Amino acid sequence: MSETSDLTTTTAPEFRSGPTVTHKVSRTVWSGAVETLGQGQLTLLSLWASPSAVTMALLDEATKRIGILRVDARRQSFPSVGRLYPAAQRLERSITDLYGIGPEGGPDLRPWLDHARWGVTHPMGATKAGDAPVTYAFLPVEGESLHQVAVGPVHAGIIEPGHFRFTVQGETVVRLEQRLGYTHKGTDSLMTGATIARGAELAGRTSGDSTVAYAWAFAQAVEAALATHVPQRAIWLRALMAELERLANHLGDIGAICNDAAFGMMLAQCSVLRERVLRTSDLCFGHRMMRDCVVPGGVSHDLEGAGRVAVAALVKEIRGTFPSLVALYDSVASLQDRTVSTGILDPALAKRFGAGGFVGRASGRDFDTRRDLAYAPYDKLKFKVPQRSEGDVNARVWQRIDEVEQSLSLIDQILAGIPEGLIATSLAAAKTSREGLGLVEGFRGDVLIFVALDNRGKIARCHMRDPSWFQWPLLEAVIEGNILADFPLCNKSFNCSYSGQDL
Amino acid sequence: MRKFLIEGLTRRPLTEAGPEPADPALEDQGLSLRTTLKQRLGRSLSIRQVDAGSCNGCELEINALGNPFYDLERFGLRFVASPRHADVLTVTGPVTKNMAEALQRTYDAMPDPKWVLSVGDCARGGGCFAGSYAIVGGVDAVLAVDLHIPGCPPAPVELLKGLLTILESASARI
Ligand code: SF4
Repeated sequence: MSETSDLTTTTAPEFRSGPTVTHKVSRTVWSGAVETLGQGQLTLLSLWASPSAVTMALLDEATKRIGILRVDARRQSFPSVGRLYPAAQRLERSITDLYGIGPEGGPDLRPWLDHARWGVTHPMGATKAGDAPVTYAFLPVEGESLHQVAVGPVHAGIIEPGHFRFTVQGETVVRLEQRLGYTHKGTDSLMTGATIARGAELAGRTSGDSTVAYAWAFAQAVEAALATHVPQRAIWLRALMAELERLANHLGDIGAICNDAAFGMMLAQCSVLRERVLRTSDLCFGHRMMRDCVVPGGVSHDLEGAGRVAVAALVKEIRGTFPSLVALYDSVASLQDRTVSTGILDPALAKRFGAGGFVGRASGRDFDTRRDLAYAPYDKLKFKVPQRSEGDVNARVWQRIDEVEQSLSLIDQILAGIPEGLIATSLAAAKTSREGLGLVEGFRGDVLIFVALDNRGKIARCHMRDPSWFQWPLLEAVIEGNILADFPLCNKSFNCSYSGQDL
Repeated sequence: MRKFLIEGLTRRPLTEAGPEPADPALEDQGLSLRTTLKQRLGRSLSIRQVDAGSCNGCELEINALGNPFYDLERFGLRFVASPRHADVLTVTGPVTKNMAEALQRTYDAMPDPKWVLSVGDCARGGGCFAGSYAIVGGVDAVLAVDLHIPGCPPAPVELLKGLLTILESASARI
């Protein structure tokens, strides 16, 4: 079992319609899979632990099949994935922090989420009283005329907390090292033993800007585990919410990126459009961000006549205004001067890390869960997956501009084609323990949620992998050689989630 | 660009009237917003925001206060980059153990007199994250809170009401 086709055998229709098939593998097979990952033939979708095992989800981008491998870890260790596949390193460090299970041969054994402040170590495994805080060992830097700039965890703007350690030579950034984990809320532990309803509440509060994507991925995982058929209308309404969420985020961020290049007018104009999306969402679904609107089994609100009219009017307004904003973006030389050729993400790196969303697609990684691991109703909708190869801030802005246009077209199709019927069904009862996988394309990229249910239908384990896990490390690479003053711009053009990765 | 500038001159502004003191929960705090708006003239407050572990939902709505519909700055309210310039600290999220010290230090860096506004359901008692090993609880587990704004996240109008309430309270205390 070392051919990639043996490792990834599950098609999207399979894992999306029933319980997940997990392959218990030997350490040899596991290590073989790690080699294959290291050779770039497979992409890691995620890596997570339970108290006695470690599981990885793999994707073969060529065949669009996935595979879930699980290796025993009762001896508190497993063969490292990060040893050959760097994108797994932070996930491994988190596994050690939470479970006390260590990666054998792992290249980086420093804690990640654990800042030695919880009062305990390994809160999800064999818990012990915690150690006193120690100074975090940042990577050493050596060289002439280097100095360091430390930023955070509290940032100057109204954003999430995290620490950035820059090493600069003059104005040029030689190295950025991130330290995250400040917003770690112990969500995994709260999930364990929770009811499905409580799990949905927590999932929807993992990363506030992607509440629909998370709630949908969680619902998908539970529904797959229980092989529940969700009414068609509910599925179309979920897609409508997901596209509204994508629009709101893209519009807001395009403005915010320009604002970080000191072009405030774009922020003002884009924030008007964003506000209109939020108000329309509120009118249709009773909440500006549509929190708790996707529930396992369906959705909580139907789209009434007034909502339909409002959504159609919203699409019309954005179509009317947005092109002139795009033209403005494209014609202001001082803005272009900041965004073009700034913060280039090398396509090879994007591929190697399996970077999802606009970050990956603006660097040539042609992947979109909606198309490549398709789920309803996107299998019935027409859309393009825009793609670019320059990988600079400008490309990421354009990528999002193109995605706004696709979302508008999708909303048109949803309004035209949405079937009548029920908006929710009750979930089948779980009589045996089972597992399910959800994968949803949020605005930031693919959100993966794995849920294991016990024989009473409670959550035994829920793992949520934000797209940011594979994007944050790339930001470290992207800023290298840029001037420090361009960091806010690069950072905003990535817009990774802190809370989504800290959990 | 000229098009947008001309439109800005000729179009009706999008900015909406400030909120009325409609929320009984806020009025309970013994403060009338109607008088706030009058007494506020000439007064202004600088606000520093700290995310002490939120999901980022609350920050998004705080950011929305700057858009042309709400236009926070017309009330003399301004978000500032440093706690040393701030009169008010708004805090979102359950306070995580990893952020508690940074929150305390931010507060300590602010000059007196100062007020603390806790924002969002998580900021009171930890909300849906209460009971986790990784959080200390709500904002009041670390700082004395002057006013709480509920919601998940609170809509911008609710945030505005809360901030105007603080503005009133600030005028009363000085
Ligand atoms: S109150 Fe809601 S929006 Fe605010 S941080 Fe908590 S979960 Fe997020």
